Amino acid sequence: MLILNCPYCGVDAEETELAAGGEAHLKRFGPGSSDGDFHDYLFMRENPRGVHFERWRHVNGCGKWFHAARCTQSLEVFGTYSAQVTEPPKEIREAISAKRPGWTWREFE
Amino acid sequence: MKHYSAFAVAREALRYHTGWERAWRSPEPKKRYDVIIIGAGGHGLATAYYLGKNYGIQNVAVIEKGWLGGGNTGRNTTIIRSNYLQDPSAAIYEKARGLYEDLSQDLNYNVMFSPRGVMMLAQTQHEIRGYQRTAHANALQGVQTEWIGPDRVKQLVPIINIDGPRYPVLGALWQERGGTARHDAVAWGYARACSAMGMDIIQQCEVTGVRSQDGRVVGVDTTKGAIDCDKLGVMVAGHSGQLAEMAGFRLPLEAISLQALVSEPIKPCMDVVVMANTVHGYMSQSDKGEMVIGGGTDGFNNYTQRGSFHHIEETVRALVETFPMISRLKMLRQWGGIVDMTGDRSPILSKTPLGGCFINCGWGTGGFKAIPGSGWGMAQLMATGHSPLTEAFSLDRFKEGRFIDESVAAGVAH
Repeated sequence: MLILNCPYCGVDAEETELAAGGEAHLKRFGPGSSDGDFHDYLFMRENPRGVHFERWRHVNGCGKWFHAARCTQSLEVFGTYSAQVTEPPKEIREAISAKRPGWTWREFE
Repeated sequence: MKHYSAFAVAREALRYHTGWERAWRSPEPKKRYDVIIIGAGGHGLATAYYLGKNYGIQNVAVIEKGWLGGGNTGRNTTIIRSNYLQDPSAAIYEKARGLYEDLSQDLNYNVMFSPRGVMMLAQTQHEIRGYQRTAHANALQGVQTEWIGPDRVKQLVPIINIDGPRYPVLGALWQERGGTARHDAVAWGYARACSAMGMDIIQQCEVTGVRSQDGRVVGVDTTKGAIDCDKLGVMVAGHSGQLAEMAGFRLPLEAISLQALVSEPIKPCMDVVVMANTVHGYMSQSDKGEMVIGGGTDGFNNYTQRGSFHHIEETVRALVETFPMISRLKMLRQWGGIVDMTGDRSPILSKTPLGGCFINCGWGTGGFKAIPGSGWGMAQLMATGHSPLTEAFSLDRFKEGRFIDESVAAGVAH
């Protein structure tokens, strides 16, 4: 069972307490953007077999949204972090690099 | 290929079963094929079969990383139905259901198609309206379904609890010619028929790269060496994203885990398939007597072929409420498969940005029922460049906003 630490209330919450919110750090494209960008924003996800950044909500707890870095192949959790960022903080990236050298993700890495 | 028949069984019985031959060959790959299909599951093998049968294209290889039918073809709950709301869905699923009717005769392999009837329970007012709408849509599409009341439900499924306190059964959408089939046999039957046509089914051979030249596919790299081809079909369900990356394009898919479980075998007690979508569980009884149970998907991206424990509890809890007599049953096995979900919960059967490369994916939680229809349509698309069955399921529908929105139509994972 997946257990994530909520960075807001500090609780180690298991899956039934949480709601998954899909891929994190999407760059939003709205009115005025090209069809291609809008399409990619709506439908194209990284869907990696490996390191995945995602949004979660501590729905049956403090109710706050937060971010998690997780491996979709092993379910290993690399860490959770604040929702108030547009990309994963340095310590999360280092934690991933220590365990998955050479991991990649869209524009930041 | 020796013909299977009652006579063959009698003949082999008289000579200690020494005359059975292997159902399909396991050859080494040739240097070149007209068509290579990646993925020897139901969809890949059916596509190969109809390429050979309908279009005479028999220089075909089907490449499989693991073993034949070992992916989602061997992991589903074997339900066959075509009671969808949208026209393109109803067309392809009904084509498949129709082909299942005489698939055993066609393949000379008993796929044990059992049109026992599929019942989708309505347990809220919203569902009543939804299913009545579907029944009307089906009437216009030529798919035989009907809306039935709770009395008829109880008559068809005596073990059901109609008067549950939270979700009473208010009626059901009933498709009499829906049912189940033996999922492995579907893959095995197609494999045997493909092999008999001279096609090569190459197992334990992983594709490691897709080779292209001037925007056209020219072959694949595999763990058994490079193989050339004119056309390539990618039909690998959960791992479609990885294959697409090799071919240089992306897919609007997310992979998640869906699980199923079976109980210990018990005496026959339910001869229809019952799906309870509000409470999220569906159940049928296999010929061995096991109750075959399927539930919901995990909520998050996941390639583990396992699934979360609490979904088992939720599914079983819902079914115990609906069928109180199963409360003491022991569960024997549980497993998961990786399903590839699209934004509109409908599949993608399409040409791709890479010339000569075709994709069949995104079946999500409901691909088994579509195998013959999907193979029929994909074969037509790959051989002629156009198929009325697959037209609406093209990759560019997301950009153009032509969704085939079954997630709203069915209101649940299908």
